[in-house]
Order: sequence, then structure tokens, then C-alpha cells
Amino acid sequence: MKRHLLQIAFAVLAGLSAASAQKAAAPSAGDAEKGRQLYLKIGCWECHGRQAQGGGYTGPRLAPDPTPIEGLIWYVRQPTGDMPPYTAKVVSDQELGDIYAFLRSVPRPPAAKTIPILK
Amino acid sequence: MNPEKPAAPAVDRRNFLKRATSAGTAAFVAAAQQSTADAAPQTSAPAAAVEVLTTDRPGADFMVDAIKSLGFEYIAANPGSSFRGLHESMINYGGNLNPQFITCCHEESAVAMAHGYAKIEGKPMCVFIHATVGLMHASMAIYNAYVDRVPIYMLLGNMMNASTRRPALDFVHSAQDIAAMVREYVKWDDMPMSLESFAESAVRGYRIAMTPPTMPVLLVADINLQEDPVPAGANLRIPKLTLPHPPQGDSGAVQEAAKLLFECEHPVIVVDRSARTQAGLDHLVELAELLQAPVLDQLGRMNFPSRHALNQYDRSRAVLAEADVILGLELLDFWGVVNSFRDQLQRSSTPLVKPEAKLISITVSDLYMKSNYQDLHRFREVDVDIAADAEATVPLLIEAIKRMMTPDRRRAFDARGAKLAATRQQLLEKARDDASYGWDASPISVARLCAEVWDAIQHEDWSFVSYSKYLSRWPQRLWDFTKYHQFIGGSGGVGIGYNAPASVGAALANRKHGRLTVNIQGDGDLMYAPGVLWTSAHHKIPLLSIVHNNRAYHAEVMQAQLMTNRHNRGVDRAQTLTSLTNPNIDFSGLAKSLGVYGEGPITDPKDLGAAIRRAIAVVKRGEPALVDVVSQGR
Repeated sequence: MKRHLLQIAFAVLAGLSAASAQKAAAPSAGDAEKGRQLYLKIGCWECHGRQAQGGGYTGPRLAPDPTPIEGLIWYVRQPTGDMPPYTAKVVSDQELGDIYAFLRSVPRPPAAKTIPILK
Repeated sequence: MNPEKPAAPAVDRRNFLKRATSAGTAAFVAAAQQSTADAAPQTSAPAAAVEVLTTDRPGADFMVDAIKSLGFEYIAANPGSSFRGLHESMINYGGNLNPQFITCCHEESAVAMAHGYAKIEGKPMCVFIHATVGLMHASMAIYNAYVDRVPIYMLLGNMMNASTRRPALDFVHSAQDIAAMVREYVKWDDMPMSLESFAESAVRGYRIAMTPPTMPVLLVADINLQEDPVPAGANLRIPKLTLPHPPQGDSGAVQEAAKLLFECEHPVIVVDRSARTQAGLDHLVELAELLQAPVLDQLGRMNFPSRHALNQYDRSRAVLAEADVILGLELLDFWGVVNSFRDQLQRSSTPLVKPEAKLISITVSDLYMKSNYQDLHRFREVDVDIAADAEATVPLLIEAIKRMMTPDRRRAFDARGAKLAATRQQLLEKARDDASYGWDASPISVARLCAEVWDAIQHEDWSFVSYSKYLSRWPQRLWDFTKYHQFIGGSGGVGIGYNAPASVGAALANRKHGRLTVNIQGDGDLMYAPGVLWTSAHHKIPLLSIVHNNRAYHAEVMQAQLMTNRHNRGVDRAQTLTSLTNPNIDFSGLAKSLGVYGEGPITDPKDLGAAIRRAIAVVKRGEPALVDVVSQGR
């Protein structure tokens, strides 16, 4: 049940106030391929899935349509749920920008209603 | 001096212990001793002890009678000399039927098989366990069953009389108090030293195991008691077995609980190991529908239909936040339900319910407690605490609420239920939408894996025997669980290595009912004791195993990641120790080597459905089959 904390935290994240978001400076445009490799290398996939599709109760969906980069950086530095923090020492803002670029590159899946076995 | 010829076999062999005075004569049967003695030269060599061991009526035969009286279908065992007497009697005297031996490759597998079996069949399987070393092997599985409140009936060999032990081997396989090592996590153990007391203990043990809270029991079968003849003139009898009725809640307390639930605006029912039978499930549905109260299922058992309008697990936080009365049925961890616990940047806990919310607990757990192992969880701070069996007490609660019912309250309850039904449909749509993300990914998403399995089994009489929490509860989110045998909960003690053997045990129980047993099997769990696959092939136990092969101990990947992050270093090294790669494990090849149909590794999700259907065709022929699916973490 405590996994819900994370989901709630991300829901909060999506609606972060402008003031909070401004605390993190947006990095320059990221490299999606670098970001994909980083996403796998530093363990994001473990809870959020390899396509950032979400891991059910381990971590929410991050893509497609990721939360704004400022909010992403803010949350990664000081998560309020079960997610462990990633400080600037272990992943830089620019690297998070690359991950953000990867998240933006993840294509939207087919609608559930078009998948016969999900009907 | 001539050695005496043994008389009738039904005499205690101690009466036959004689001294042979002829040098060179050893322990032979009496006829041989007679001829040897006549011819032997007279010397001053020391006397040799001769103990005649032949008998037509060993004590183990009576033990078999006692065991058979308890109605076991199977005995799971890995062979061991400390129960060789029982082994032989079961085969030749008992005909290896009712119960029948199931050959296991590890004692842990034997006990875990019994664990899975009991949760389907509702009664214990017998397990024979070899002295000392066998019990050590079995111990983790016993602990799982103890925490999961599952009855298992174990017979353990041992030899108390040191003078009759074979040199070396029997000494290291004997102990003064052999049950001591597991006493903290069995409900009861005994070491009867006569056949009369064995019979009483055999029946007593079954009764204790089956009385809620149900748990494993251990009976020590002394080797000499097994192998010595039944004493001449022994007046042996086996007591009648009568199972106690489980304890129902005190009528006043039930009335108080009913009043709280009836009068409140937002009742919530939280269940863990509430239902023990289909009737328990049905009564819970009746209670929930009577109140039109949301149900949050912790998945300790098949408590509540997954798609029922009142199943609101996916809204747990919201439901708990507005609750004014919470009824907890067989919750081992009530505190954990009504509080969040964060173990991250700071360690903190936060209540999830309003301070004024009233909590009601009905659980049988307090009726049997031990101190050492901490499965008692945090203190349960509640307003009405009923020490009783939930399944037995829910009908009383239903009747008490029915007596209070008025048209006004009925309308209010129905209005509440209508809102919940609308949200339930939204939850199902959301689950399907969530499952579509990563749909074509490789490794295959767990949601896709579970959706493909459901598509293949939904028109069968299926029984899912794996733990859903390792699958992000996708089965409960996507599948339509309605019957008690369709889900059996988890291991209890979270001892890895449970799922593979427990699924075989559950499949064994399902076999006579013609059910399709489905196991989504963790790779790490299977690697603990994969020999159980051979057991399933050898005994033709139909079981569909889909290996959720994420090539890691994934829970530990996440734990290692958490530590690297907390310590601010090496965040890319969580795979060390936790991955199962290089080489990748060929589970299909492993299955085939053990006589089980195998397919895979399946890496393309488009290939998965057809592979599952081919495996189901094998299972329908009465054999086990395995499909190895390279999957994502959770």
C-alpha cells in the first residue's frame, strides 16, 4: 500500500507550483539516446519500467508526456515518496536533461481499446 | 550355549537379545545362527551382541494405520533412513495409497508443496522429514507456512536410544530434542515413545494443525518405535478425530461492531487471510453488499472477487482517508494498513486515517502467539478487538446488521454502493489503459505478460497459484477472480524458494478437480530448488508455469539501488550480486532436462500468446509445461 505514496507524490509533482519549479534551472536540450542509456544505467527502469511505462506499485509512469523538466529535477533531488534521491553528485542536471529527452521520445502506445486482449 | 530361535514375530525384539558365544558368529537370523553355533570352535573371543530384527508386524505398520486414519492423500518426502521403517510400511503394508508418496528432491520443496496443497484443498498434506539434516533443509518452508497460518502435518525420524544407533551416521542424524530447531515456528510438536501415545499424538497433532489459527505441526517418529515389532498383546487403538469448530466472536462484541458499521457513513472492510473456504468468500461478499462498503484486499487469500464493484483496492488511500469505521478481518498488520511508513531520506510514519476513525479487528491470531519471530507486526491499536475466527464470525455480523436495517439506511447504503460501482468501472478502464504502455516492449512488460496469460486461460476452470505482489498486482487488476481456488496468497514468511514447489503442491490438489493450475514463476525463486520440476513430471502433475524471467532478484535490485542512492555513490552498480545474467539461465532447457515441456526464452511479446496456448495443450494432457518469458522487473 505504501507504494501509493510514490504515485501520490508524482501526482503532486505534476502540479508543482511555479515557484517550486523555478528552484531548478532547466538544462539545455538533452540527448535522447544518451538519456536512454542513462535511464537504464542508473536504475530508473527498475521501478518505472524500461519504457518508463510505470511499474504498477513500484513506480508511476514517466512517459510519454513527462512532467516538465524543472519538476523532474526537483523531485529527483528530493523525492517525497519511496523513490531514493539522486543528488547532483551522482547525476547532473544535464544528465537529467538527457533522461528527460529520452522520456519525451517514448512513443505513445496503441490505445487500450484497440488491443483485442485488453478489451 | 545355543542361541534361541526367535518365536512369533509379534514380540518385542528386546526379548530376543541374546549373547552368541561362538566366535565368528555375528548378527544373522536364528536359523543361520543355529547351524553356525554347532560347528563353531570354542574360543575365548568376546561375545557378540545379536539382535534379531526381523518381524512381520513392525510398529511402523500401526503408525501407518494411524496416518491413514487421518485421510491424507499424499506424503511429500525426500527419502531418509530415519524414517526407513515408516517408508517400508507405507509401501508394503499401506500399499502406497491414501496416502501416496510424492518424491521430492529437497525437504524444503516437500514442505512448500504441502503449503500450496493445503491452501487449495483446505487440509494438510503429510510430509516425512529425515532427522536433523532433513529438518534443517525443511526449516525455511516450515517458517513460511507458520507465518502464512497454513496447516502442514510433518513426521520426523529420530533415534533416542543411543545404544541402538548405527555408528557415525545415526549419531549425526539424531538429537536429544530434535524439534527444538523449529519449535518457535510450529504450532505443536511431540515425541511419543510408545505406539499407544503415537496414535494419540497423531490425531492430536492433526486436530491442532487444523484448529484456527491453522499452522504446521511436527510429530517425531522414533526409529526404534518404527522398526520394533508391535508388542505382543498390545491393545492398540486409534482415537477418533473430531475437528473443533473455530471460535466465533463474543455476541456482545459482534453487536458493538455491527452497530458501528451500521451507523457510520463510510465503513471500509480490509481483509488479508479472512477467507479459508468458498463459503468464507461468499459471506464476505454478502457483508460488503449488505453495507455497500468498499473492500481493500491485502491478498493473503482469495477473499473477494477482483472485479466486484466494491473491490476498491486501487483507491486504497482515498477510501481509507474518508473512512469513519474500518473493519479488519484477519489482518496480521493492522498498523501497516492504517499508517504509511517511509524509509527514505527520513524515517517517518503518517496515519492514513482520520484520528476519530473507529477500528474493529476480528482475528484469530491472538489465540496463539509466540515471542521470538516478529510476525506479530506493530501493535494493533483498535476500538473493538474480537479474538475470533473471521470466517466463522462474519455470518454473525451479517445477521446483527440485518436486524438493524431500516429502509432509510438501506437507501443510504445503496447510494453509497452506486458511487463505488462507478469508480470500480473506471479503475478497470485505467488498469487496461496502464497495461497498454510498454505493450510491445522487449523485455516483455509484466502487464503484457499477465494480459496474455489471462487471454489464454479465461475460459478455463483456472487456479492461479502465484503471489501477485511481485507482479504489481496485474492479475488482480486485469483478471476476473471469483472463486476461492483461483488465488492462494503468498508465502507468508517471504522466504524465496516457496513459489515453485508451492505451485506444484497446489497443482497436485487441483488435479482431481480438473482445474488448470497457472503459475507465474519468478526466476530467482525457481533457482532455489528447481528439482521440483522433476517431481511434477514424475508424478504427472499438470501445471502451467510461465517464468517471469527478469534475470534478477529484482526486489533486491531495488533495495541495492536504494542504498547506493542513500549513500550517494555507485548508483549504476545495483546489479552487482542481484542479477542473474552472464550466462542467462535457459529455463526451457532446464525444464526439458527434468522431463517437463519447455518453451522459450520468449523475447518478442507477439510470440507469447501462441507459446502459452501450446503449453496449455500439454497441461491439458495431464503434464507440466513451462514457458520462459524474458520480462521486465515488475
